[in-house]
Amino acid sequence: MVYFEHTCTEGYGFDVSGQQRENRTKNDRSKKSMRIYFDIFIAFFRSSILSFGGGPVGIPLIEEEVVKKYHWMTLEEFGDLVAIANALPGPINTKLAGYIGWRIKGAAGMLLALVACVFPIVIVLILLLGFLTRFQDQRWVRGMTQAVLPVVGVLMAQLTWRFVTSAKKGMGWTLTLILIAASFILMELLHIQAPILIALTLLFVLLKPWKQRSKKEGASK
Amino acid sequence: MTTLWHIFLAFFIPGILGYGGGPASIPLIENEVVDHYHWMSVTTFSNVLAFGNSLPGPIAPELAGYIGYHVGGVAGSLMAMFATIAPSLLLLIVLLRLLYTFKDSPKVKWLTLLIRPIIVVMLGMMAWNFFATANQGSGWLPMVLIGAGAFILMQRFRIHPAFIIAGALLIGALFMG
Repeated sequence: MVYFEHTCTEGYGFDVSGQQRENRTKNDRSKKSMRIYFDIFIAFFRSSILSFGGGPVGIPLIEEEVVKKYHWMTLEEFGDLVAIANALPGPINTKLAGYIGWRIKGAAGMLLALVACVFPIVIVLILLLGFLTRFQDQRWVRGMTQAVLPVVGVLMAQLTWRFVTSAKKGMGWTLTLILIAASFILMELLHIQAPILIALTLLFVLLKPWKQRSKKEGASK
Repeated sequence: MTTLWHIFLAFFIPGILGYGGGPASIPLIENEVVDHYHWMSVTTFSNVLAFGNSLPGPIAPELAGYIGYHVGGVAGSLMAMFATIAPSLLLLIVLLRLLYTFKDSPKVKWLTLLIRPIIVVMLGMMAWNFFATANQGSGWLPMVLIGAGAFILMQRFRIHPAFIIAGALLIGALFMG
């Protein structure tokens, strides 16, 4: 399972991938449409079953499947999705899975993605909880969790870097670095939570009159 | 029916109030399940939580699925997962649909652009936290070795993360216990 399109971080438009998808379904409708359900299941099953530690660990793993492997969305769309999903309450992984499933194949896709993401482990919990609690304090189990952390850290750092480059492409190094520094100060030093910052950015963009689009912004930062 | 309704409420409220995702809503779930409805004792709850945490996948829906089953069978399980997942997911779908209706407007383009630095800090801090936790747990040497190994295998040899995570699990079980 070597992924080949590693470099397709951007420039991979909405319309292009939509058109590709359309052409594919025209060619061989029934077979391909079954195939897509299978892919949805695998994508979210795999990203969920690998995300030891729950929560945010799943983000780079879902990106791996959805952006890099299956090209269901671009990195930029995924970024918007993560930001807005994070600004809303509730568990992040199922929001991502449910939304992406919905965008690919409507309600059926959504349900399938959610089932793939949650059901396997719930079934394990229900069936094996009594039996397996004996192992949870075993040192080797903790060793496994420890060993996975650096790998997930690297995945997350790589994803972070891809968003840095994508921001740079959109607005140049200077503005990118200034805004990253500003966000860092606001979020980590002044402890303004990301959802609030995202909501403020949203308000700022909506309320600001856009006469000429070249105008650089002072931002809500 | 009342049980199902209670299950819905018990997981709907933490899901809606749980800013910061699944892990943030766990104390709220505990409050409902243990203190309010007395469905299980604190000890049982923390046992389930600890075990759920050592399994992969999103913790809050998994917890909901298990506790729902414990209280109301399969229907209870489905109801609890629905209450955890559905409300915020529906909100997300509506919001993003609105956004993409205007995806060609300069406003939305600017939004996408301006949000990126926030995502960078958000994800960057998550990455930092993973390393910090690993450093505390296993010390810096195993962390650096595994991290560097993973980086090289992924970046240079394009190995799918699934294999690297499986490898790390094996190393952890054998040598880091």
